Amino acid sequence: MTTATKPAPGAAGPTTALRPSLKVPVSLGVLSLVALVFFGFLGPGKTAEMKISEQGDAIVLPALQIPGQAGGIVLAILLLAMAAYSIYLWNRGERSPKWLPIAFAVVFVFALLVWIVAGAREPSISLAGLIAGSVTLAVPLVFGSLSGVLCERVGVVNIAIEGQLLGGAFTAALVATVTHNAYIGLLAAAAAGALVSMVLAVFSIKYLVNQIIVGVVLNVLVSGLTGFLFGTVMAPDKELFNTPPRLDILPIPLLSDIPLIGPILFEQSVAGYLMYVAVAVVWVGLFKTRWGLRVRAVGEHPQAADTLGINVNATRFWNVTLGGAIAGIGGAIFTLVTIDSFTKEISGGRGFIALAALIFGRWNPIGAFLASLLFGFAYNLQSILGIIGTPVPSQFMAMLPYLVTIFAVAGLVGRSRPPAASGIPYVKG
Amino acid sequence: MTTKDTNPEVEPEDGPGPTGESGAEVQAADVALDTAGGTLEPSLVPVSTQSGDTGHQQATLLRRIVMGNGFVSVLAVFVALVLGGVLIASTDPAVAKSAGYFFARPSDFLSALWGAMTKSYIALFQGSVFNPRQGFSPLLETMTVATPLICAGLGVALAFRAGLFNIGAQGQIIISATLGAYAGFAWHLPLVLHLLVVIVMGVIGGAAWGAVVGLLKARTGAHEVIVTIMLNYVALFLLDFLLNTEAFRRPGDNSPISPRLDDSAVYPQLIPGSRLHLGFLVAVALTAGVWWLLNRSTIGFEFRAVGANPAAARTAGVNVQAATVLVMAIAGALAGFGGIAQVAGTEKVLTGGVAAQIGFDSITVALLGRSTPWGTLFAGLLFGAFRAGAVQMQIQTGTPIDIVLVVQSLIVLFIAAPPLIRSIFGLNPGRKKRAKTAVKAAVATGGAK
Repeated sequence: MTTATKPAPGAAGPTTALRPSLKVPVSLGVLSLVALVFFGFLGPGKTAEMKISEQGDAIVLPALQIPGQAGGIVLAILLLAMAAYSIYLWNRGERSPKWLPIAFAVVFVFALLVWIVAGAREPSISLAGLIAGSVTLAVPLVFGSLSGVLCERVGVVNIAIEGQLLGGAFTAALVATVTHNAYIGLLAAAAAGALVSMVLAVFSIKYLVNQIIVGVVLNVLVSGLTGFLFGTVMAPDKELFNTPPRLDILPIPLLSDIPLIGPILFEQSVAGYLMYVAVAVVWVGLFKTRWGLRVRAVGEHPQAADTLGINVNATRFWNVTLGGAIAGIGGAIFTLVTIDSFTKEISGGRGFIALAALIFGRWNPIGAFLASLLFGFAYNLQSILGIIGTPVPSQFMAMLPYLVTIFAVAGLVGRSRPPAASGIPYVKG
Repeated sequence: MTTKDTNPEVEPEDGPGPTGESGAEVQAADVALDTAGGTLEPSLVPVSTQSGDTGHQQATLLRRIVMGNGFVSVLAVFVALVLGGVLIASTDPAVAKSAGYFFARPSDFLSALWGAMTKSYIALFQGSVFNPRQGFSPLLETMTVATPLICAGLGVALAFRAGLFNIGAQGQIIISATLGAYAGFAWHLPLVLHLLVVIVMGVIGGAAWGAVVGLLKARTGAHEVIVTIMLNYVALFLLDFLLNTEAFRRPGDNSPISPRLDDSAVYPQLIPGSRLHLGFLVAVALTAGVWWLLNRSTIGFEFRAVGANPAAARTAGVNVQAATVLVMAIAGALAGFGGIAQVAGTEKVLTGGVAAQIGFDSITVALLGRSTPWGTLFAGLLFGAFRAGAVQMQIQTGTPIDIVLVVQSLIVLFIAAPPLIRSIFGLNPGRKKRAKTAVKAAVATGGAK
């Protein structure tokens, strides 16, 4: 092998051998102070009402009444306590546990919500509706980011998630309409996503074209193809080609009546349940099976994997294809669940949010899932803000996922490290 | 395996082996050719596969782009146009009808096929270059549309040469257009000064938006692709927000559109009766400027050194971090000229769609132009022609504008994969030998050409 000594990565952040990084304690501290000042001291005087149960629910719980300012202060103190715990751990030379930033994020988002709602013209929202809506919006993101996880873990950067979602959405609408069967549409969407992925795989693995370029170009290609076919085939004859049947919502009896979490977890379409299955399967597959070990080896150190007899490029090809199929299913959600027909650019940049979720979730299926939920929440909140009328312009809510991602890749929110060989083609030799 | 690959002459000279293997060999030879240009050791394992440094790997790609032969570009454009034509024909009703009785009268089908394919492209040509009614005036429209594409494409190309993927031209255009437009309609200054102020504001905006990316990359290692994609959206929402504020709206009007820029704030028209403005000449001047910067200046040499091999550049005393920030700032400034061309030239108002698809098109422009300044200029003109002509095409033949996206992306895909194009045209058989001899030569000369 002609492998030279590995040069140190250009900027991997300070490697503190003795003490864990200060970044987490400091960011938590700063954020909790922000919360104390803005949500607490400068908090709105009104009381935020958060309805937990809907009218027709089996069990009706009273709505939460949270006074804006007092609630803000209490929540901010809780945040401060968590930041203090993190600093205390740092002082003892220990890392903050993984649950701490997540718990912090949940409380922070809740405090933000109280602040926004109490400051709104109409200080009342349905918490159940908000969360259920967030999950619905998050489903395509979860599928998209899982596709990204599968591709990047095996060493192929997948910028084409957007194209896979769009291709899936288009194919699902077309096939489901023609066959009058939403499930066949779902399968066709997976096939379309896989096809887009195969182009990515062939060009990046066989022709060694830079993966980012292929990804960017594929997004344009799929956008052009679907737009063209929409204009020439779908739009002139909507009845025949663009009225897909919907995937039925299948509530699980009893479980779906549980307040708050019932409608979120147990009142989904097939694709919604499939999402939970996919997250679990990908996580177990990647981290608990021999297949997953091989996949990660290929993504981290292809030479080593090759030496041990793993066919690097074949592993990459099939993983990327599988990822595309998953993203295709995510795309089908647009046309078979949320909106009832295909329109141009229906995915509207969700593929890039999925990419962001993947990074924010640190290339881990469960992390990507949680990040997708967070971004879905931001999406949903953005539309609700418009309705209840708040002081925060909705555009800033819309920016949030993107800004958070920039902070994440810049290492301000924990350290984000992609698989070592991600984006680098492998040539045997 | 190692011996066989590193010493191609050892390999028995029988016919092509199993396709997979010979394919891999060709690639290996290809990569060897690429690395031979810049590194001391022209190893068959590309340097890019040996480290986690993506900057490195981009460098090999860029070398592929820059060094590939121009003939492949022409073939790529040709194949992409043919495929686009097939797509147009496949959805054409006349073709579908005649395909029904293909075996009865194949000539009908073929003529319908030819008709469908050519009809759209003729309309495209007439809308972008020449038609009997208007003479060459569509060409002026092509140049107008090409202006921002060239500027932003130069920004993308420059960053490419320094090993950076600037996907953020869209955001840089938006920010510069916003700042420039604001200076254009809110301030009222004397004639020449006003335009200069507009340009400076826009260029500063674009440069700042680009420099943030360079700074984050240099200081924290954040990958510029991710940061630029995210900043594109941030810019988009920022513009959306601003257009909904009093400061950016027309008095007494609630629609998100800015007042018209002052007459003193816009580029003067070049030819009466067309939209062509001074911005086009600025774009040509910028092309020359970028050529000078890259090929004749010390900074440009440093940029290229960083792009080719950041580690070597660092060893040679180049401040890689500063170069990263600077190159992204200049790239942003160039995209900023594109934004100015939009608001102070073509559109003369600021709307949410001011950047249209220019930022994304500029990536394909830079790739088609092989990241060279003059190549970018011509690629910008070509894609400008597509854009300008597609409008006419849609009006005349009903072919959706989206076909342009398909053709553009196919062109770039094919250009990026020369072996594919060569195999389509049967140019590969001779290639294997050539590649081998090239490797031999590279090994013998240590990569020097």
